[in-house]
Amino acid sequence: MVSYIIRRLLMMIPVLIGMTLITFSIVHLIPGNPAQVILGETANQAAIENLEESMGLNEPYLTQYGIYVKGLLQGDLGTSLRSNAEISREIWPYIAATFELTIFAMLFAIFIGVNAGIISAWKQNSWFDFLAMLFALIGVSMPVFWLALMEQWIFAQELGWFPAYGRQDNRDPIAPITYLYVLDSLIHLDFSRAGTILKHLVLPSIALGTIPMAIIARMTRSSMLEVMKSDYIRTVRAKGSGQFLVIYKHALKNAMIPVLTVIGLQAGVLLGGAILTETIFSWPGIGRYVFEAISYRDYPVIQSGILVVAFIFVIINLVVDIFYKIIDPRINY
Amino acid sequence: MTEIVLELKELHTHFFTDSGEIPAVNGVSIKVHKGEVVGIVGESGSGKSVTSLSVMRLIPTPPGKIVSGEINFKGENLVRSSEKRMKKLRGNEISMIFQEPMTSLNPLFTIGNQLIEAIRLHQKITKKEARKKAVEMLQLVGIPRADEVVSEYPHQLSGGMRQRVMIAMAMSCDPELLIADEPTTALDVTIQAQILDLMRNLNEKEETAILLITHDLGVVAEICDRVVVMYAGQIVEEGTTREILKAPEHPYTQGLIKSLPKMHEREQQLYSIPGVVPKPKMGRAGCHFAPRCEFAFDRCFQENPDLYALDNNRLSRCFLHDDKEGKVKKHAEADIGS
Repeated sequence: MVSYIIRRLLMMIPVLIGMTLITFSIVHLIPGNPAQVILGETANQAAIENLEESMGLNEPYLTQYGIYVKGLLQGDLGTSLRSNAEISREIWPYIAATFELTIFAMLFAIFIGVNAGIISAWKQNSWFDFLAMLFALIGVSMPVFWLALMEQWIFAQELGWFPAYGRQDNRDPIAPITYLYVLDSLIHLDFSRAGTILKHLVLPSIALGTIPMAIIARMTRSSMLEVMKSDYIRTVRAKGSGQFLVIYKHALKNAMIPVLTVIGLQAGVLLGGAILTETIFSWPGIGRYVFEAISYRDYPVIQSGILVVAFIFVIINLVVDIFYKIIDPRINY
Repeated sequence: MTEIVLELKELHTHFFTDSGEIPAVNGVSIKVHKGEVVGIVGESGSGKSVTSLSVMRLIPTPPGKIVSGEINFKGENLVRSSEKRMKKLRGNEISMIFQEPMTSLNPLFTIGNQLIEAIRLHQKITKKEARKKAVEMLQLVGIPRADEVVSEYPHQLSGGMRQRVMIAMAMSCDPELLIADEPTTALDVTIQAQILDLMRNLNEKEETAILLITHDLGVVAEICDRVVVMYAGQIVEEGTTREILKAPEHPYTQGLIKSLPKMHEREQQLYSIPGVVPKPKMGRAGCHFAPRCEFAFDRCFQENPDLYALDNNRLSRCFLHDDKEGKVKKHAEADIGS
């Protein structure tokens, strides 16, 4: 197991190098001179040359790349043009916000999706199966922004059950530690605040989790149906086991292998920042951070945002691969 | 004779598909006595596997269904038993092993896990005791280094070893009846012989009755006391292994035996019965084998013969026996296999 993880970590190196190459080249692929772009079209020649000098843009590309990677290895993502703050400090609260939302969205998606898929497969062609698959179909085809707006209208506006936007009650902000607010409020032992923060998470989590949930439900169902036909399931039945053991022990573990792939991919997509959902719910996540950086042409931030999101994707893939190995002893790279 | 463990009476298992009702098992009656090894022989599609799954009540429903008949296991009609009762019997009093040892074990759980599960489903013992018993069972079926194998995964074992594990699992609760559905088909010949030896030993030691499903007459000769030959969902011939192999009565059985390669004769081409097994269908007129039978005459195409009871508890479903006057009595009156 340990050697497997090490091998898998080593396999990440070329991917990471590729990622840095791409983000590095972004600055140089912008039409025109980066310094010019940063300073705007009206800037004078002296200012541009000055900036080029200070950004090291006069150096050869290889040297520039070396400096860039060296900075990355030291945790230096550069400086935001807009706020002049170090990106590595500035970006964390946004990542935390997205991370927290993704966790709850995926918990919702996995819990409902996997169970609906199992029961649908168990009671194939029953009314439950029919309804669940109909909802799954609606779930994958529904535009997220529409679902989000409907949620806000029904559950925030009309029923008033959950807040419509934000991460917390802004009149009484939390003193952040990790910026994962649920965790922070638990560290503060402030349970009523934890409740408020969880309430803020409900609507965006559902909006964000619906598509993954529908995909997971359909994947689980088809995978379960496939596994239920296999010889070893017949063996388990011939041993005299009941339906519960057959399904939840023997079939589920086998059926989870393809579902795990889907879960990993979906989690990656959500962690990449769901700009629509984050915007509608005023969620200060990485998606919005990068989106705003784009509208201000804040290239170092865009660069770092892409790098961080890509990095998260790689990490999720690693985690999924480790889970494969835990589930399936036959897997070996 | 000894106690009857399993008795099938006029069993009908049909499949209801879009293209109509298929009588996969069409009125099969078989008796298996304590400590006896009974073989069911037939080509693919003759209904032998469906017969065995019917006994386990593991026919996928829908589309399959036991429409009529009885499955008496030690006097209890399993056709009417509840699923709860069947769970108690399966793996405990009736066990089954399958054709495909490569895929019959769950690849994601250790051998021990799966064996212990089988034991603990039916016996109230601790995990530790069950593990000890699992190792003992693995030793019993001749698996070397059983205490290591118990914590290995199926993919680490060969096909023959996996089939031994399946047998260990099936035997772990001392069943009265072991149903083996082509247990050696997927194995190479030397391993085949070992597995058959093992089954014969267990049969002799534990007095477990075995219902062996196979298409291989060689396997039958090796291990079976009695043979039932099936064709298109029906029994066409039944008798002791010795007599059936020596002097088959039914043209189909004769064809089967003729198509075996013989050690001392150099033939250019191996004999084969022309045609294929017809798909069972409802209301077929005439003997099912008639279209492939070299002795078929007009009557064979009009009505399906009953089973004729011959000397020495032989049964055969063929009109040719009509000639032998005085020997013939109808199936219903015959005391099959006792």
